[in-house]
Amino acid sequence: MRFNRTALLILPLIAFIALFYLTPVFSMLLRSLESGEGWSLSAFKAVLSDSAFWRVMQITMTISLITTALCLLLGYPLAYFIARTRTSVANILLLLVLMPFWTSILVRTYAWMVLLGRRGVINDTLVNIGLLERPMQLLNTRTAVYIAMVHVLLPFVVLPLYATLKSFDWRLVDAAKGLGAGPFATFRQVTLPLSMPGVAAGAVLVFTLSIGFYITPALVGGPRDMMIAQLIETQVRGFNWNIAAAMAVVVLAAVLMICALFVRIVPLNPLMRR
Amino acid sequence: MGRLAGFSLGLVSALILAFLIAPMVIVVILSFSSARFLRFPPPGLSLQWYQEFFSSYAWTSAATMSVGVAVAVTLLSLALGIPGAIGLMRGSFPGRRLVAAMILSPIIVPGIIVAIGLYYTYADYRLIGNPIALVVGHTCLAVPFVVITVANALNGVDPRLEQAARNLGASPFAAFRQVTFPLIRPGVLAGGIFAFATSFDELLIALFVSGSDAVTLPRRMWDQIRYQLEPTIAAASSLLIVVTLGLMIVAELLRRRTERLRTQEQERT
Repeated sequence: MRFNRTALLILPLIAFIALFYLTPVFSMLLRSLESGEGWSLSAFKAVLSDSAFWRVMQITMTISLITTALCLLLGYPLAYFIARTRTSVANILLLLVLMPFWTSILVRTYAWMVLLGRRGVINDTLVNIGLLERPMQLLNTRTAVYIAMVHVLLPFVVLPLYATLKSFDWRLVDAAKGLGAGPFATFRQVTLPLSMPGVAAGAVLVFTLSIGFYITPALVGGPRDMMIAQLIETQVRGFNWNIAAAMAVVVLAAVLMICALFVRIVPLNPLMRR
Repeated sequence: MGRLAGFSLGLVSALILAFLIAPMVIVVILSFSSARFLRFPPPGLSLQWYQEFFSSYAWTSAATMSVGVAVAVTLLSLALGIPGAIGLMRGSFPGRRLVAAMILSPIIVPGIIVAIGLYYTYADYRLIGNPIALVVGHTCLAVPFVVITVANALNGVDPRLEQAARNLGASPFAAFRQVTFPLIRPGVLAGGIFAFATSFDELLIALFVSGSDAVTLPRRMWDQIRYQLEPTIAAASSLLIVVTLGLMIVAELLRRRTERLRTQEQERT
């Protein structure tokens, strides 16, 4: 590849990213190889033989997978509906999806705390109309984690899926119907396979973001729903810096592997093409 | 689609949209409550929580800090991101894809990892509690959005237009300023809004590097949520929602303008 002078314009950005982002993150990750005396893999050994770490990893993966599945389950019909609606209405519906997408995760998690609390909106309403005698435990449960995480991550499925469904050739659906396929067969054999790039994009985004989630599980989850980001934070606060770093390496490796697989399937955007 | 299928799809979609929007609407309603506790529906309306917010030095200084940091982040992200996007899209050099992946990586790398990395480094440089630490940290997260939006805008601009200007004797800078820049301006503005929103909402880095001096609005909200659920947080949340809504509407208008400009250009060619 030839080099041209326009390429030099990128140098300040590279310098900034290298100095203030890559170096700090790499030097943090390098701490995983530090021990009292020189370099060693002892931090990794400690982490990988720690049953608490594996329990939290298992919880993290379970929560991430179920959140991803729920987001696809709810996101697909919504994206499909918006893609098939008249443009004027679709634009308004898209704004309704974009609004939570833009609103801070903290604010949205707080909203669920207000709704799900013991004296929260949902419990109050159910008790007032006589459906419940006593308020039930909703906040600080696994259910609360799923509700709040799906709420935060749902737009990440709807938006790429909508883009895919909007741009595909709906005459194929008419053709399938013309050839005698019922609505279900058409969906299963034509629409769904053709929308797979959107499904994959949404699923990978939601899954990788879920793995690193901190704010939402910390606020609405119970002590038994601790996710890996919380465990890493606890290690940092306890000054177990090399343990925290080793855990970060494991999580980062998992996330990067998922993304590498994904980029092979779906091209991300013009920056990664060419 | 059968009529019944269409109707049930519409109903399901409406319920999902309600699930997305209702929690935020309820928080905004509760922020106007006259009660001492969060109860729904509120027994009466009052501005007491907003009054409390604006008369509390801790809240207003956190809001000021957030705005100041976000403005600085926006300017810095644009200053680095615009030339960066041009270099990536118009330049050619070995390892271009790797560099692009490196610049975009903050979107993928879990926030907690970035936050801890910055915390260790800034602790070494004694920058904890200094707003500069927040500006630099947030810029790392915000710059990818500027690069993406500007690159997308550049993707729709024919590089021959700039070459034509150069052939007519314009300097490289003049050709960019008078030909390319007006065409990518909506993308630049959208990137700036993204950068502002990213910084304004950011919590994880703030949790680690803001110390007790550089407290931002999300950081103060976090502290308050953890220790007491007073309704002032509902007022703070509502203000954040309003700022977000404003930014989003501007970004949406810009996106539509870009689309209009692009179709006009396509019609001409």
